[in-house]
Amino acid sequence: MDPQAANTISLDQLPEAGWAIVSGVAVPAEPAARTLALRLLELGFVPGEQVHMVRVVRPSGEPLAVRLGHTTFALRRSEAVLIQVIPAA
Amino acid sequence: MAAQPQRIALLGNPNCGKTALFNLLTGSRQKVANYAGVTVERKEGIMHTASGRRIQVLDLPGAYSLNALSNDEAVTRDVITGHSKEALPDLLVCVVDATNLRLHLRLVLEARQLGLPLVVVLNKMDRAKHLGIAIDMERLARELDLPVVETVSVHAHGADELRAVLDEPLREAPPAHWRQPGVEQVLATQRDVLGIFNRTVLQPAEDKDPSIRIDRFLMHPLWGFVVLALVLFATFLAVFSGGDVLSGWIEDAFGAIAGAVEAHMDEGLLRGLVVEGVIGGVGGVIVFLPQILILFLFILALEASGYLPRAAFLLDRPMSAAGLSGRSFIPLLSSFACAIPGIMATRTISHWRDRLTTILIAPLMACSARIPVYTLIVAAMFPNDAMAAALVMVGLYVLGIVAAMTVAWVIKRSDKQASASPLLMELPAYQWPDVRSLVIGLWERAMIFLRRVGTIILALTIVMWALYTIPSPRTNERGPQRSIAGELGHALHHVFAPIGFNEQISFALVPGMAAREVVVSALGTAYAMEGEEGEVDEQLRERITNEWPLATKLSLLLWMVFAPQCLSTFVVVKRETGSWRQMWIMGGYLFALAYLASFITYQLTNLLTAH
Repeated sequence: MDPQAANTISLDQLPEAGWAIVSGVAVPAEPAARTLALRLLELGFVPGEQVHMVRVVRPSGEPLAVRLGHTTFALRRSEAVLIQVIPAA
Repeated sequence: MAAQPQRIALLGNPNCGKTALFNLLTGSRQKVANYAGVTVERKEGIMHTASGRRIQVLDLPGAYSLNALSNDEAVTRDVITGHSKEALPDLLVCVVDATNLRLHLRLVLEARQLGLPLVVVLNKMDRAKHLGIAIDMERLARELDLPVVETVSVHAHGADELRAVLDEPLREAPPAHWRQPGVEQVLATQRDVLGIFNRTVLQPAEDKDPSIRIDRFLMHPLWGFVVLALVLFATFLAVFSGGDVLSGWIEDAFGAIAGAVEAHMDEGLLRGLVVEGVIGGVGGVIVFLPQILILFLFILALEASGYLPRAAFLLDRPMSAAGLSGRSFIPLLSSFACAIPGIMATRTISHWRDRLTTILIAPLMACSARIPVYTLIVAAMFPNDAMAAALVMVGLYVLGIVAAMTVAWVIKRSDKQASASPLLMELPAYQWPDVRSLVIGLWERAMIFLRRVGTIILALTIVMWALYTIPSPRTNERGPQRSIAGELGHALHHVFAPIGFNEQISFALVPGMAAREVVVSALGTAYAMEGEEGEVDEQLRERITNEWPLATKLSLLLWMVFAPQCLSTFVVVKRETGSWRQMWIMGGYLFALAYLASFITYQLTNLLTAH
């Protein structure tokens, strides 16, 4: 899958109740962000997995509650932005 | 024949039900301590295998990965890779949540590289069946080349299969080859996990977990906060009303003991020591046990049910305004019972600045030891107005919270290269709390508290009694005002006069520095009051109402909100941060804040009430 594909967005852009398929995780060079990206991969945010946006706390727009497989994760936008997804039609 | 395991360690993701399984295996045969050098809780116990052999079980802190992010994970990694003072276990029992194999299998594959014999335990099998998840256990065991057993940690016989496997001879493990993985290795492992998962697990296309629907309500931007407010309100209502009733019983019991001792002992120094020093002092502290336990019961139950992480989720945004994340919520909530478990609960916060900030502000949460002092003064301020008294009490709690958030904000502002604090956390499936684990958890808290009462507080009350009883060499007369403590209070009075404290308060604060619970009984001693607990309280209240100016009462209340007044907190901060400097910073800023707040309050009130 090409992460640069036109319909790829970062997970924080996925609307509440929306579904998507993970296409990749950006691994920045900066150590703290790299550690975080590795942890996201270890938790299962890997290409091909389905994600569902359970909750977005308004009006601030964060944190996000994201369902991945049989687990729900709480993320801040700054964390979700590393995950690239292709929204389901 | 190869040896059978003698020492096993439980390894697993957080929320895999590992601790409930540990409690089922070991029951009350547990020992809780800390790992050498760090304050990560080390839980070890003794269990019986199916044949009745006694073996040791170590419950490792929960870890998603050996690529550690938090202190907990680092301890787990060091223990099982042989980089700690702990002996390596003979056998690793890798506990996985059967409803969540996709996530938990990865740790099994990682643990397989450690060179230790391994058994895989599929926990929560009852829930997996309920959700329509079918697992081909034989195939899984073959694919992993490891023994696989199933358990239900909430059933009395839920671990029988595991007990049987622990009698089998240890299998040889391939040599250790674990190394910190990079991106490519993580992705490769995940491909292996997915392959095994797809070949062994059959689950319904539709995710039937009711947690999603519950979450849509409990994390609703409006209803979520309404429920959270109700939950917190109910918790504190139970703490105060339920705690009051039980505390009354304890007070009566100690009064009866004191009466019996008085009747059977001749009057004299020894009787004074036993009745006023030991029974009065210890009884005056044990009365908080119900309040602490009720608060912990709520916290443990809410945590086990999965609700507390949701509360942390909802509060993440408001707390980020103060530079913290939702992860600080649970430690701070625990600090309302006592700052010590609160500070220890910060060990799950992986971001160091967040963790340090949370530790530094935890003492500002009004812990239960402050309740009796607040109650005494507030009741003395409003002897006939329960409503006003209740409002002031709430105000004191709110003041502590506001001060804590302000301090956190200042710390964040002063950190020039502040990085965004991470939230990333699992919101585990909702479940009924396991009663056995609740009871064991409460028992542990009660023991920690009682040990403290039996050691530091008992010693303090005896020293205090002696200081008040032994006449000072200068005056050589009897009576608290002329004792060594009296002299000390007199000297301290100069420091505290600008904030309105009289000599009695000044010397009550001396033992109060070590444990704030004893301030009330110290005031009683300072005013040379005699009689049982309840009577002393009443006499004190009257004298405070009549003799202390309003400015002094307010000033002392503010002092109690801010002042660093608990030796144990100092000790735990030193241990947690590994730094004397942080400990002194905490003590220093709290003292400065307390003095400043009391000074302003005292002077301002005097100014306003002068006419």
